[in-house]
Amino acid sequence: MILFQAEDISVRFGGIRAVDSVSFDVKQGEVFSIIGPNGAGKTTIFNLISRIYSSTSGKLTIDGTDFTRTPAYQIASLGIARTFQNIELFPNATLLQNLLIGRHCHSRVGFLAELGFLPSVRKAELHHREKVEDVIAFLGLQRYRDSLIANLPYGVRKVVELGRALCIEPKLLLLDEPSSGLNVEETEGMGFWIEDIKKDLGITVIMVEHDMALVNQVSDRVMALNYGKVLAMGSPREVQSHPEVVKAYLGGEVAV
Amino acid sequence: MRTLFRTQYRQDIALWKHNGDRFWYGLLAVLVFIAPMVLGEFYIGEMGAVYIFAIAGVGLMLLVGYTGLISLGHAAFLGIGAYVNAVLLKMGVPFLITLPVAGLFTALCGAAIGRPTLRMSGLYLAIATLAFGSIVGTVFQKWESVTGGFDGFAVPTPEIFGFPIEGATGIYYVSLVVLLFVLWVSANLLRSPAGRAMVAIRDSEVSAQSMGIHLARYKTMAFAISAGMTGLAGALFAHYVRYLAPDAFDVLLSVQFVTIVFVGGLGSLRGAILGAMFVRLLPQFIAVVRDDLPFGIGRLPGLEPSLFGLSLVLVILFQPAGLNGMWLKAKVWFQAFPFKRQTSFRRQKSYAKSERLR
Repeated sequence: MILFQAEDISVRFGGIRAVDSVSFDVKQGEVFSIIGPNGAGKTTIFNLISRIYSSTSGKLTIDGTDFTRTPAYQIASLGIARTFQNIELFPNATLLQNLLIGRHCHSRVGFLAELGFLPSVRKAELHHREKVEDVIAFLGLQRYRDSLIANLPYGVRKVVELGRALCIEPKLLLLDEPSSGLNVEETEGMGFWIEDIKKDLGITVIMVEHDMALVNQVSDRVMALNYGKVLAMGSPREVQSHPEVVKAYLGGEVAV
Repeated sequence: MRTLFRTQYRQDIALWKHNGDRFWYGLLAVLVFIAPMVLGEFYIGEMGAVYIFAIAGVGLMLLVGYTGLISLGHAAFLGIGAYVNAVLLKMGVPFLITLPVAGLFTALCGAAIGRPTLRMSGLYLAIATLAFGSIVGTVFQKWESVTGGFDGFAVPTPEIFGFPIEGATGIYYVSLVVLLFVLWVSANLLRSPAGRAMVAIRDSEVSAQSMGIHLARYKTMAFAISAGMTGLAGALFAHYVRYLAPDAFDVLLSVQFVTIVFVGGLGSLRGAILGAMFVRLLPQFIAVVRDDLPFGIGRLPGLEPSLFGLSLVLVILFQPAGLNGMWLKAKVWFQAFPFKRQTSFRRQKSYAKSERLR
């Protein structure tokens, strides 16, 4: 079953075609990786999906719902969560607060009820807390629960950001370079978590990644990009041995 | 040192974390309640003024300290609240109606200024709100049929169920009740989704948006609540000064409010109250020591504003967590006595470093 579909999406910044008629679809329950050299347009695709950028043309659908023109703040309620390449947590809040903010799209209480902290709000808060605790237990973050993010080491922050995305209870999880800045051991751990997210939580993952070991470990399918265009798509092995991909990474004659 | 053993999630969202909190805040409540029976008229008047400034300070704290938006126009909101309240009272509307109406109307004005400035932050927002403040100030001066222009007018004595609220003691109690209400509302807000959304906007707009937070909605809301609280303070301020004239609501007052927030310590409600105490008591302190200062410093014009500026600079340089930070440090020092370590306060330091006010 196809969960997410991008049809022919393009975006242009001035004269640069950052993403040029890219089409792909992602099946329910798979890990789909996007690879490519720097500046290939990988993160731009993520920003298009999370509607931080608007595509110049094309169509985006999740579960059959067209969200090409949905405002960015409604993307989370569609079940799309993301992490950022350079960690965008809320540094002056505690880990617990950060994860609770991840629950924001599930909060249905009225503003006046919040001002009075009515029983309905209290009940909802306790429910959110239980969900957050599930994520904390899943990722083993118990000991950092009350620490400020600003005081946590980088590796932990990376996991916290993953946790915050999981608090959205997404159908589709976008991971922007989950291994960047992590050491070998932490990268391995990240790989196991991604596998667990896929198997235990049944969440579909789209991942932008440079670390080929991680890509091979977790992905079902891989798409290679260069200059905003799709070079190859298929299993990790197929894509990595594709002549165009080898050329893009290692150089060679450029076929224009 | 107290270590809390938490066994239920609701302990984390309780307003009072433990019985120690309940005891000390209860004691404080009793003390402020019986203060008018013990202290003289002058002190009660000054404490009432501290409460009024603390109400406005809490309002501005929600905007600056929690949402990360700056405003140099809060004197205008104070003025709007004051004039709405006083004008309605003059028309014969009872005080129990004019007070909330003043707050609500000012909140609407806050939303009206919040909406067009959505995309602004930092200096640009400061300038926009500054402009708003001076526009409102001009309206107070020129709209003579309502505000009485430069001459101003005497504020009628408010009545609650037929009992006149007279003198310093009356205003003291009304301000105390409003301050407690405002603190309760703020504490509720901060432990619910809307408060967390404000913090999220302060720390990272782009990821707040990806978490499903409607930036425009929450920024407008923050402005409205902040202005509404300042409007309530304004309504009380009108009774504190007893005679309304437009020159009371100039930019210097706005700067005083910002001083409350920064000196008190960004991102803490306690800081807003400590800051209000500082801002109201500093002029009194200057008045007391003025004659004893050497070299005729005491006779210099502009001594007060320059001391305000100096304290703001010193706090930002050396104590970014403000008076609240000093309070927390002192508490840790006593709790750990005699084992305070050099690294005990690293949290405050790194907090200061990542403090952003774009």
